[in-house]
Amino acid sequence: MRAVSSEKTTPPVLVFWIAAGWIGFCLFPWYMLEDGLWSFGWLFDGYPFDEDYAPALFLVGQGEKLWLAPLLIPLALPLLVLRRPKSDPAYARILILSGALGIVWIIAQGFGIGIRGFTYDWLTALFGELDDRQYGMGYGAMICATAFLFLFTQGIAARGAINGDVFVVSAIGGVIAIVTAFVFFPIARMLFAAFITEDGAYSIAVFFSKFFDDRLWGLGCLSGTRCGAAWNSLFLAILVGFITTVLGLAFALVVTRSGFRHKRALRALTVLPIITPPFVIGLALILLFGLSGTVSEAVAEAFGIQPTRWLYGLPGVLIAQTLAFTPIAFLVLIGVVEGVSPSMEEAAQTLRANKWQTFRTVSLPLMRPGLANAFLLGFIESMADFGNPLVLGGNFDVLSTEIFFAIVGAQYDQGRAAVLAMVLLFFTLSAFYAQRMWLGKKSYTTVTGKGDAGVHPVMPRGLSIPVHCVVISWALFTVIVYGMIVYGSLVELWGVNNTLTFKHYVTAFSIGMTEHGLHWSGAAWDSFWTTIMIAAIAAPLTAAVGLVTAYLLTRQSFAGKNAFEFGTMLSFAIPGTVIGVSYILAFNVPPIEITGTGIILVISFIFRNMPVGVRAGIASMSQLDRSLDESSLTLGANSWQTFRKVILPLLRPAILAALVYSFVRAMTAISAVIFLVSAEYDMATSYIIGRVENNDYGLAIAYSTTLIFVMLAAVGLLQLLVGRVRIGRRMHHATERPA
Amino acid sequence: MTGTTLGSKAAPVRFDGVSKVFGKDVVAVDSIDLQVDAGKLVTLLGPSGCGKTTTLRMIAGLEMASSGRILIGDRDVTRLPATDRDVSMVFQSYALFPHMSVLENVMYGLTFSGFVKEEARNRAMQGLDLVGLKGFDTRLPSELSGGQQQRVAVARALVLEPQVLLFDEPLSNLDAKLRRQVREDIRAIQQDLGLTVVYVTHDQEEALAVSDEIVVMRNAAIAQIGTPRQLYDAPNDRFVADFIGEANLLHCEIVSVEGDEATIDIEGYRHRLPARGLPPGPATIAVRPSRLVIGRDEGVPATVAKATYVGVRMEYTLTGGFGQVFAVHDDVDTPLEPGTEVHMGFATRGPVLLPDED
Ligand SMILES: Nc1ncnc2c1ncn2[C@@H]1O[C@H](COP(=O)(O)OP(=O)(O)O)[C@@H](O)[C@H]1O
Ligand SMILES: [Mg+2]
Repeated sequence: MRAVSSEKTTPPVLVFWIAAGWIGFCLFPWYMLEDGLWSFGWLFDGYPFDEDYAPALFLVGQGEKLWLAPLLIPLALPLLVLRRPKSDPAYARILILSGALGIVWIIAQGFGIGIRGFTYDWLTALFGELDDRQYGMGYGAMICATAFLFLFTQGIAARGAINGDVFVVSAIGGVIAIVTAFVFFPIARMLFAAFITEDGAYSIAVFFSKFFDDRLWGLGCLSGTRCGAAWNSLFLAILVGFITTVLGLAFALVVTRSGFRHKRALRALTVLPIITPPFVIGLALILLFGLSGTVSEAVAEAFGIQPTRWLYGLPGVLIAQTLAFTPIAFLVLIGVVEGVSPSMEEAAQTLRANKWQTFRTVSLPLMRPGLANAFLLGFIESMADFGNPLVLGGNFDVLSTEIFFAIVGAQYDQGRAAVLAMVLLFFTLSAFYAQRMWLGKKSYTTVTGKGDAGVHPVMPRGLSIPVHCVVISWALFTVIVYGMIVYGSLVELWGVNNTLTFKHYVTAFSIGMTEHGLHWSGAAWDSFWTTIMIAAIAAPLTAAVGLVTAYLLTRQSFAGKNAFEFGTMLSFAIPGTVIGVSYILAFNVPPIEITGTGIILVISFIFRNMPVGVRAGIASMSQLDRSLDESSLTLGANSWQTFRKVILPLLRPAILAALVYSFVRAMTAISAVIFLVSAEYDMATSYIIGRVENNDYGLAIAYSTTLIFVMLAAVGLLQLLVGRVRIGRRMHHATERPA
Repeated sequence: MTGTTLGSKAAPVRFDGVSKVFGKDVVAVDSIDLQVDAGKLVTLLGPSGCGKTTTLRMIAGLEMASSGRILIGDRDVTRLPATDRDVSMVFQSYALFPHMSVLENVMYGLTFSGFVKEEARNRAMQGLDLVGLKGFDTRLPSELSGGQQQRVAVARALVLEPQVLLFDEPLSNLDAKLRRQVREDIRAIQQDLGLTVVYVTHDQEEALAVSDEIVVMRNAAIAQIGTPRQLYDAPNDRFVADFIGEANLLHCEIVSVEGDEATIDIEGYRHRLPARGLPPGPATIAVRPSRLVIGRDEGVPATVAKATYVGVRMEYTLTGGFGQVFAVHDDVDTPLEPGTEVHMGFATRGPVLLPDED
């Protein structure tokens, strides 16, 4: 009985998308609304005839925007397939044709006609001057474009791709479309911007003049002056990568191979980078070692040395980044160090190697790919870091801040920002590529799933003592730094007036009572609520995109899957500053015109954090036995029903984790955000940076502390919930195979 | 519709030149032809890696054939995905959904087959009844023993009244005692409901016990198809002879062929048996251990190299000019001592001629 239903009647999904296309065209305002997506004033303000709010049908009917009229063809075409069986070759052909036509036409008209008529001179030359104009896509255009996309994927499915599985083909199509629109397109736009001269023409010379700039590649520091930002970034990133790897390894060794008693406390350090806005460490360092810092003054008093500005520059940024990124290396290396099979080490010992020889000849070589991995991660993080160099950089220019100043500062030079972003992107992508291609094949982690009954040997003594010293002192330093943050938020005016006060918290978060009820009078509330709102909207979307992508990657095989995976993970290696620049370059003109809105923030978070969701999804999906999906399929559920009824319920912990992490990351992000905020949508982090620039450290630190506690609460809540869910999940005895 | 009992819509399965290639050059199944009649239980038997699971998954639609045609009933299902085929499968790991109760598991497929909830529930309860799990419906899979989980998996597949029911090594996660019981249960249900069942195993004893027909596979191809008796008594070649039960393979000479009777000679010992189309000349003879007659005067001269008492019978290893053979003997009261000189003969029925492969 299953087979019959799927062949004769038109699938409801198809009817849905055909209808959606028409509704988008006939009912919703075609263009972007001035007051944003959430205002519904348009409904009572001249809709549907007012030009600003009119649906496409009404525009065309009134003889305006006639270039939208051809869309009626691909909208009408699918009506032809309504009575046809799926197996009819015409069914697939018509859907593919109409979907492709619709998408291509929407893209072509969107790029071809902008706010000043034709966008390209050759169009004007061909058709003459156009007196009309159009703005960015709104509800109607979005719905229409989506409908065309899914008509297209249904056509592809009907032709037999992925065994005709509509859900899987549509999911692949959807992910490709959004990644293209919001990762590849803005990056490409930015690359083009590097070649644009002041009067808008393209020129290679412009690119070269900006590329071979002394401020970028100069080697002055060898002879006493300043080096270019590219060399600075590279040098800093290599140093940070190296130091964080060594420290991370030391931490991992102490946790996994020693009798150290406070291992749990050490592990807790790994949460820190997740909940700390990146520049906060920089602020704490200023409180300690700045001109009026605690340590500086103590030293000055004791030895009579004048405090200097040594912190501002390479040393400060290096210390801040090392503090910030060591926990990341630690987290990676715990896995690596634990992953070395104890039986290898035990075998070495039975072959008469002593502890030190075992460590040197077996353990360390087996960890080598993991070490390289940690190094590359530190390298990428350092390159991409924006907050610490901004706060502590002084005259030490690095790429990420230079990009910012190129576009925000007095110079306002988009081309230079684009060139700098390209160089930065080149560095991070090379590291990312090395990590994937070279290390991907060389992982020695020997966890097999078979019960590996051995125990890791403890470190040899000669190694153990220095490692413990380093770890304990670094951990103490970290604790002091974080303590400083809390303390600093409670001090009247750092270094000048050290009386304790709640003043800064009051300024930031006071709540007044008026006759209208609560009044959020604190200076920080605005950005605080905006941040919570944007993060709360972005989190479920990020989790959804991430999990669907993870499902496709672990459970489906299709042509081009490797490229697909690379594309979806790529945004991990794109520094936030690059995303920021490329977004303002790409999205402040039609067809997607969203700068200054909250949407652009939400979108940037989705694609910045998507790799986190994908990773979480892949990790937990690969623990679910494939036969669960397969048996669901043989029981007559289709892949969508299987995804919803079997996979999603079993993934609840992963979903929760993806949700909380994308929420938290959205709250701590700064690098992309700082380009994208607007007066209306200011975010906590950019507000804090603004305070720092005004030397208002008290408020900045009080706000940061509040954020840290809010996020700590979020992560704690997650741990609690996931713990619960796991117990409620009653483990899978059913899928366990005896060894 | 309440009160309906579970029945079956058993349909035949046919493979026409079906191949499956993984990647570029891993040939898992190489152009096989196969006919499974409606209402029969057919096992796919063969050593690990020979392509049994792949063949089964192609019937289910979990793997798509690289070439050839697959028919279920009259319908060509070659390109049809699993969801749209009327086939159910019992997985080696059972694949019970850990977040659903036993009843929800069994109802799962029914809800996608257009049954109203009440009817789906009814059928699911009947299915549980059929596998002897009445009263377990509210439990979670993790609260059942391995054997019970197994039966839930069977019930879940059965209640859909599939055209074909597939089993992939269903007994491999059970202990030896339970295995015998479960395989008899499966066979009984299959015969009661008249189901078409395709069953994968690598255990020849299991295959012989449950099958109407056995398909022996080797290296991605079919080595022989036949009833258990045919395979045991008349294997096509050394591989089948050796894989199904133990067989002693001996070189011999066919001295003459009259009609379909051949006379063979081993070191002067003559024996008559079906010729199976072989011409005079060198050949191989396969003899089951129980079909070797150990006597004092007639047969090939041999020496007892080893004698083992295993309770119900004696097991001997004999050596001689032919090499070494393994024989069993029911007489446990007067065992032969190692070193005894004996003559080894063949029972009148049992030995079969195989073409000489070397
Ligand atoms: N998904 C796959 N990709 C590549 N090779 C496979 C895949 N599945 C099975 N094979 C190969 O096909 C051959 C047959 O496998 P299978 O059908 O599982 O054998 P078995 O008879 O043990 O069930 C084996 O050599 C196996 O390695
Ligand atoms: Mg198998």
